[in-house]
Amino acid sequence: MLRIRNLESGYGTLRVLKGVSMHVNPGEIVTIIGANGSGKSTLLATVSGILRPAAGEILFGGDSISGLPAEKTVHRGCALVPEGRQIFGTMTVKENLILGAYPARKKLGRDGIKAGLERIYGYFPKLKEREGQLGGTLSGGEQQMLAIGRALMSGPRLLMLDEPSTGLAPIIVKAIFRIISRLRDEGNTILLVEQNARAALAVADRGYVIETGQIILEGSSGELLNNNDVQRAYLGKDYKSISE
Amino acid sequence: MIYNPEYETMPREEIEQLQIERLQTTLNRVYRNVAFYKNKFDEMKIDIGKIKSVADMKELPFTTKEDLRESYPYGMFAVPLKDIVRIHSSSGTTGKPIVVGYTKNDIQHWSAMTARLLAAVGINEHDFVQIAFDYSLFTGGFGFHYGAERIGASVIPSSSHGNIQKQIFIMKDYKTTALLSAPSFAVEVANKIREMGIHPEELKLRYGLFGAEPWSDELRGRIEDNLHIDAYDNYGLSEVMGPGVSGECPEKNGLHVNEDHFIIEVIDPKTLLPMPAGSEGELVFTTITKEGFPLIRYRTGDVASLMEGVCPCGRTFARMSRVTGRTDDLIIIRGVKVFPTQVEEILLKAEGATPRFRLIIENRDGLDELEIQVEVSEKIFNDEIKNLLNLKGKIAGLIEEELGLAVRVTLVEPETLGGNGEKRVVTGK
Repeated sequence: MLRIRNLESGYGTLRVLKGVSMHVNPGEIVTIIGANGSGKSTLLATVSGILRPAAGEILFGGDSISGLPAEKTVHRGCALVPEGRQIFGTMTVKENLILGAYPARKKLGRDGIKAGLERIYGYFPKLKEREGQLGGTLSGGEQQMLAIGRALMSGPRLLMLDEPSTGLAPIIVKAIFRIISRLRDEGNTILLVEQNARAALAVADRGYVIETGQIILEGSSGELLNNNDVQRAYLGKDYKSISE
Repeated sequence: MIYNPEYETMPREEIEQLQIERLQTTLNRVYRNVAFYKNKFDEMKIDIGKIKSVADMKELPFTTKEDLRESYPYGMFAVPLKDIVRIHSSSGTTGKPIVVGYTKNDIQHWSAMTARLLAAVGINEHDFVQIAFDYSLFTGGFGFHYGAERIGASVIPSSSHGNIQKQIFIMKDYKTTALLSAPSFAVEVANKIREMGIHPEELKLRYGLFGAEPWSDELRGRIEDNLHIDAYDNYGLSEVMGPGVSGECPEKNGLHVNEDHFIIEVIDPKTLLPMPAGSEGELVFTTITKEGFPLIRYRTGDVASLMEGVCPCGRTFARMSRVTGRTDDLIIIRGVKVFPTQVEEILLKAEGATPRFRLIIENRDGLDELEIQVEVSEKIFNDEIKNLLNLKGKIAGLIEEELGLAVRVTLVEPETLGGNGEKRVVTGK
């Protein structure tokens, strides 16, 4: 579904991504794990069209989306849930969700948007309860649910999540990841960027480890969990606990 | 049966994507973790970021057996030693051995790859698999063992030493259905059962997976007839992983390379340029998933070609022809690797012998036998017969001790093997 080759990207003269190649197959959850500043978010920003790539190619469903502006990539079916949620605080929950359907409004129509709302409320009953509440008054976990719901409203073929666990209590993180897992079971394709490698690898089918803008490991989640470098660097196990 | 259809039948363009991802990942890791590669790439001013496709590989330097020897024992490992869970090594009769390390994931991948070979020819959980490869530092025994267990077969780790009669009793009584060994071992079995008066049908053998030494299609036919089995070729080498690098499918027409783990190239050993499909050259492998002991463009010294066309079995992995020879003067006799220089070194230790010799490989009943003709010195030639016999015994003993191979030694008169310049001639008879 998504195929990236030799992608280079960054900010101004600063190269953050130095030739990244990766892919996501339909129906998979693929995770990108890496430390702060390793290039994870830059990768998502480049795929979603917020940043223009300096080199390389991005194919989505066989077509190049390299350098397409963000609104066009959403039209193609590639939706991003940005880091830090970025919901509209002065709009209600429902308005936020309906706004998410905007790029696909013609395709969906009034009924489609209504069905979409019901679907999202099915995933997140809390949002239904808070339908008329302003986004800014929601808790962190609820805002994250709203951000995911908003992205799903356009009916994307690929859902990209940037650090959905940031700043959330462990119990909320668990709930969010349960939904991510359910979305995959229902046939959605997900690209998940996370610092919380343990949570990400628990739901993902495959993963890539990025370090200073380069992929240094890839494999199934099981293989990555088995890898001692991943255990040391991202799962917080020291030498002693690995050997135990 | 196709064991891993999601990989083994993957469309070519997806294989290519997988290979470039894994190649770049491997390059990033070896550059960070293996001093040999970091120094080499820096020295040659190779920017690994410029490797944007599998075709760009030709910009990368080769790795040779010498490089591996010089890194003895652990210089080429790409992970901390505590992450290594298994070590194998070459015999190291000449110079230092090559030591290879595997992580947990490496062992998992290896098991899956040997499982593919067995599943490909039809072996499953109902089979009794007798593994007559050494369980030792040599990769043969353990490499197949884990794959056979993985598909659920009943594994009989009979190993290759011990007497052949005992192996045959095991084969008969334990109802072995698949024999995994060197082809020469299968020939010995065939010869011995004839001698013992056992009809092949009294055995339950149906499959033979043979490797570790080059063998011909003609020998395949003979083994199949004499043991009433289907015999398949497979290929591997411990530097790259061990058995499971490639193997035949039921078509018996080329060995499918596990391209999700290795990139194969065939080069002209003189110009080092790539050879077109269908032309023979030296096999070169790059590992793209190995964690413990990754190798970039390793020159194997084995001669074969890449095959053209698509295999009717459904696998999309590239096929290599059967190995037809070596680029160097390595001789493989019944799985034992012998370089003529090793013989020379041994002869230098035997007083009365000269380092002038000739190796003669003779095929008897499908079994290769090695004869060493040694030129003796003038002095001992005129000595008593007893001393000549002693010398003969001494050379044979030294060779068996150092190479692990029983050979026939013949002494020849001084100056008969083509003078001082001509040290060795290898003849196939």
